[in-house]
Amino acid sequence: MSFDNAYESLLGHEDAHWAFGTGFSEALSGVDREFPAGVDKDALASYCLMLGDDALIFSQRLSEWCSRAPELEEDIALANIALDLLGQARMLLTRAGEVLGRDEDALAYLRDEREFRNVHLAEIDCGPGPGGDFATTIARLLVFSSWRLALFSRLRGSADPVLAAIAEKGVKELAYHRDHAAQWTVRLGDGTDESHRRMQAGLERVWPFVDELFATHSVEAALQGVAVDPASLRSEVDGVLEAVLSAAGLTRPKDTRAARVAGMAGRDGVHTEVMGYLLAEMQHLHRSLPGAVW
Amino acid sequence: MADDLELRFERTVRSESRIEPRDWMPDGYRKTLIRQIAQHAHSEIIGMQPEGNWISRAPSLRRKAILLAKVQDEAGHGLYLYSATETLGADREDLTVKLIEGRQKYSSIFNYPTLTFADVGVIGWLVDGAAICNQVPLCRTSYGPYARAMIRICKEESFHQRQGYELLMTMMSGTQQQRDMVQDSVNRWWWPALMMFGPPDAESTNTEQSMAWRIKRDTNDELRQKFVNMSMPQAEKLGVTFPDPELKWNEERGEYDFGQPDWDEFWQVVKGGGVCNEQRIAHRRKAHEDGAWVRDAAAAHAQKHARKEGAA
Repeated sequence: MSFDNAYESLLGHEDAHWAFGTGFSEALSGVDREFPAGVDKDALASYCLMLGDDALIFSQRLSEWCSRAPELEEDIALANIALDLLGQARMLLTRAGEVLGRDEDALAYLRDEREFRNVHLAEIDCGPGPGGDFATTIARLLVFSSWRLALFSRLRGSADPVLAAIAEKGVKELAYHRDHAAQWTVRLGDGTDESHRRMQAGLERVWPFVDELFATHSVEAALQGVAVDPASLRSEVDGVLEAVLSAAGLTRPKDTRAARVAGMAGRDGVHTEVMGYLLAEMQHLHRSLPGAVW
Repeated sequence: MADDLELRFERTVRSESRIEPRDWMPDGYRKTLIRQIAQHAHSEIIGMQPEGNWISRAPSLRRKAILLAKVQDEAGHGLYLYSATETLGADREDLTVKLIEGRQKYSSIFNYPTLTFADVGVIGWLVDGAAICNQVPLCRTSYGPYARAMIRICKEESFHQRQGYELLMTMMSGTQQQRDMVQDSVNRWWWPALMMFGPPDAESTNTEQSMAWRIKRDTNDELRQKFVNMSMPQAEKLGVTFPDPELKWNEERGEYDFGQPDWDEFWQVVKGGGVCNEQRIAHRRKAHEDGAWVRDAAAAHAQKHARKEGAA
């Protein structure tokens, strides 16, 4: 297309021009979407919702930084990470939807809070809202991406070919996310007294939500060979965090654990109070115009 | 000696060759370019806000991804353009301070509010469209780094424009409520989009010298006419109208006749009286000030690191 003539090319309205953003079919092209024999499909759908909701809700939080980051380069980097996670969410919700008979948007916009399966770490406000700052955001990103990278590395061997393919694509992204967070953790830990103090405070803020990441849920236990048991990731993730914190001159917070609610947490659809507001904002337009096409 | 340099500069510009950062250039040329490129960079950065306003509420995941990627591109455009000013001896930090202190301007269009999701589409179609009309000639501007940045920016802007138009096409194929939303949005953005080409030629102060220096290549009124001519068939295809009773095809001229925007409103918004002027600057100021400790930390870390390497 000659961009001197950007306008004229608009009139040729071919769908092929508009592929951008629908990417998941291309990312997973050639992947067998049949369900492997013997797999509990309902459990698989629940599992895809868990991993998909983690990515969707964290992406929603990260995109709050857009136009608010400390530097333009960082604005671009955080948007990039949010986009990667949104892409992972879309593939995972689509996979869940193949069992549930709903598309990605029905799952993202029309489920109520109790039906969301994400961990609390993904939903809490770590800034730019009043719940944190850039250091808290980096602390969450470090923990989340270290954990998810370890998880996706193992998920590449899943008996579900779609999950395996999503993981294969995801590990490259998550390795970058973890690297980005680790570099900032070191920079902030080492930089100035203020940045050191804020980074340590950021770690203290997110630490109570770490334990939930490694709790095995009955859905995961039921999907032997398909799902990854998060309890098996603990020592690897601890090792990564230990190495980064020590390079940054930071102290690993004491292992405090946020209490569960009547034994339940995010994976059971029991969330923190901020979740309702997050969903209200995310879902309101979609729900306000039933039957609309976007 | 100075005369030789000036002659060579003028010859280079006249022959449509590029001036590069190390070439001699008149002070006025340098200042004008820094002002123009910085204003453009600021526009990209401030322009992230009106559209960013809808990222958290985008009504489908695909639209959310497209919008987030678009706003991210705008940050990237700001970055190339600030870099182009740095080749002229300016400093990004200094320009940012000038922006948040109101000493440098940005495109006034971003002082208008985005009130519905249709605005995301209309900004892509009309606002990015008008920006492309303004910017395509700059791909041939006399200053090399600016011209090269503009080539990349125009390609990406064209992509955004198509995405915006595609969103509107999709919405027009939806419910009546959505079609009404699109028409309402077009009614609100059409006149501000026409204002993006600047005041009528008779009142424009910077045009003549900039044309001679090949920093600017078409007059405000020429570009505005071109924009109207291009937009009309697209509006018809989309099924919307523009809110201008004087807009009609002039057989004799082979162009559309159209009315004039409300220039009083234009000047009021330029001078700070728009719905969002204060909000946009306050938002940018807050991000810059809240981020100061992060930038300080990064600099301190880099310095310690450099010292350690130097010692080793």
